[in-house]
Amino acid sequence: MARAFTPKVVTANDLLEGDVIYLAANDSWTRDHAEAELIEDEAHAQLRLLEAQQQALTIVGAYLADAKAGPNGPEPTHFREDFRRKGPSNYVHGKQEALANV
Amino acid sequence: MYKYNDFDTAFLAERNRQFRAQVERRIDGSLTEDEFKPLRLMNGLYLQLHAYMLRVAIPYGTLNSAQMDTLALLAEKWDKGYGHFTTRQNIQYNWPKLKDVPDMLDALGKVGMHAIQTSGNTIRNVTADHFAGAAADEVEDPRPIAELIRQWSTDHPEFQFMGRKFKIAVSGGEKDRAVLKAHDLAVRIVKNDAGETGYQILIGGGLGRTPMIGKVIHDFLPRADLLAYIEAVVSVWNQIGRRDNKYKARIKITLHEHGIEDIRARVDARFALIRPTFEGFDQALYEDIKAHFADPAFKAGPTDAFDAAYNSDPVFRAWADTNLAEHRVDGHAIATISIKKHGATPGDASADQMREMAEIAREFAYDELRISHEQNVILPHVHKNDLPAIHARLKAQGLATANIGLISDIIACPGMDYCALATARSIPVAETIATRFDDLKLEHDIGHLQIKISGCINACGHHHVGHIGILGLDRAGVENYQITLGGDATWSAAVGERAGPGFAYDEIVPAVERIVHAYLDIRQGPEETFLETYRRVGLAPFKAALYPEAQKKVA
Ligand code: SF4
Repeated sequence: MARAFTPKVVTANDLLEGDVIYLAANDSWTRDHAEAELIEDEAHAQLRLLEAQQQALTIVGAYLADAKAGPNGPEPTHFREDFRRKGPSNYVHGKQEALANV
Repeated sequence: MYKYNDFDTAFLAERNRQFRAQVERRIDGSLTEDEFKPLRLMNGLYLQLHAYMLRVAIPYGTLNSAQMDTLALLAEKWDKGYGHFTTRQNIQYNWPKLKDVPDMLDALGKVGMHAIQTSGNTIRNVTADHFAGAAADEVEDPRPIAELIRQWSTDHPEFQFMGRKFKIAVSGGEKDRAVLKAHDLAVRIVKNDAGETGYQILIGGGLGRTPMIGKVIHDFLPRADLLAYIEAVVSVWNQIGRRDNKYKARIKITLHEHGIEDIRARVDARFALIRPTFEGFDQALYEDIKAHFADPAFKAGPTDAFDAAYNSDPVFRAWADTNLAEHRVDGHAIATISIKKHGATPGDASADQMREMAEIAREFAYDELRISHEQNVILPHVHKNDLPAIHARLKAQGLATANIGLISDIIACPGMDYCALATARSIPVAETIATRFDDLKLEHDIGHLQIKISGCINACGHHHVGHIGILGLDRAGVENYQITLGGDATWSAAVGERAGPGFAYDEIVPAVERIVHAYLDIRQGPEETFLETYRRVGLAPFKAALYPEAQKKVA
């Protein structure tokens, strides 16, 4: 039996900056996981991934990452994606740096 | 130290010009990522979890103050103010932007440094004993041979696209400080009964998914045969090594599957074929290289200032006792600068710290620095009378931690804080262990104990050969840490034994503490090191300490 589909977001790294980005529903790329499009349908997920992968001038290494709905938007379900969303734990660098400066 | 000649400089400038153009073509869309990726990897540029990462080679761990200053410049100008020294004597920058990398490489080129072959399926940056040229137990300085290998392997046409990477280490000390037996190929400089210097060759060592200890394939090669023999080994493996599975593509698997006799016969046949093509140019080159590694003009003079500080300043004494090693020249010492301050990231140095180390090297240490695979920095030649002043300067920069070889001198790979391949974090585990034992004030009582931590089975953190090895895994979406005990990274190399089921992130430090307390309870005295105790009593008492619940059930 095929495994039940779990919701996903499309994520990648920005070509120039190298940082983590997510595909939003309006086809733009966002740096905020909560603004990503939460994809609940498997066929739609594959389509969105293909669309992302075609943007070779902007992004690198698009893939589907597990996510779930949260009060402020999609949230990661795996710790790897949680680190990608925030940054390393030894310095306040990466995305958490921008948050700390707000 | 080796100084680039015109050929080297022109070669590197051309290579950097090519890479700059490749980056431009990637950005304007004429190269796809699939086309660009092998090119950037050949130049040390990775894409990691949060950003690009540039890995710069520090060949055989040797650098001068101008080079260290440039490493600081890169950290400050194009990164976030620090760099990470790795277990392969490289430095990694965790935050460069794609557009800046060609400028970073040009800056490195100005001081004779590069990032070539720090990645990709090639012969990687050659590593060596970090006490090379200084150690009292040295047969011969391994750096000229290491430099010869670097030049031979750089852009070697036969070895640019192999089945997998190939790592070479060279050591000339009686003690092995370069983890020779964990390398694809190792050169150990030895003397035979007639007192002649020659080269013993080991192959097939490696950590990773299937850890193996290297085996001797040739006992004693004369220098004239060395390069041809190494080429024969790599050539044989490159032809018969497996390419169907990346984990089985390393020479350790080839050796395991074919056996040492078969490989030796193949290498001998290949060697016979290619040896005549080495017509002596390599020997002339060796002589030329060797002249670059002549001794500095070592100072003479009394060591009274050292003795006075040693007798009057307990902080200096503690540092001298742990961080100094015996030098081959009277009145001198080898000083290891700990990049393992308690609670800090192992191997991370700030731009300011790098500059101060460069300045100290310039002022006091004949302009020489070394990076160890243990992620520390070494001043290989220091007159003892200069040590009190050096210590004071280091202290001011947070670089005077007295912990070399102790429990907080931990090797840790970047793990899931940076590395895209990681299955768990390693840095915060190292930080917490170091802080914990510092709080307990037990470190010096425990004595020599090496903890090595990797964030995945690739084992960049050498966990298999740690006295206590820690491997971070992903168990059903949660970080989990497996412990191995009794590993050894020296000439008596051994792969550690797995202690049992893994521990959750918040259980791993208490688990290490239980192991250490068990050791303190059962050792025969302070002279018996952790590893000696482990070899005497085996795994059982440590297992009992690690898993008290299981023990209760048995009882
Ligand atoms: S051991 Fe794994 S996690 Fe650590 S640096 Fe190597 S590949 Fe990355």
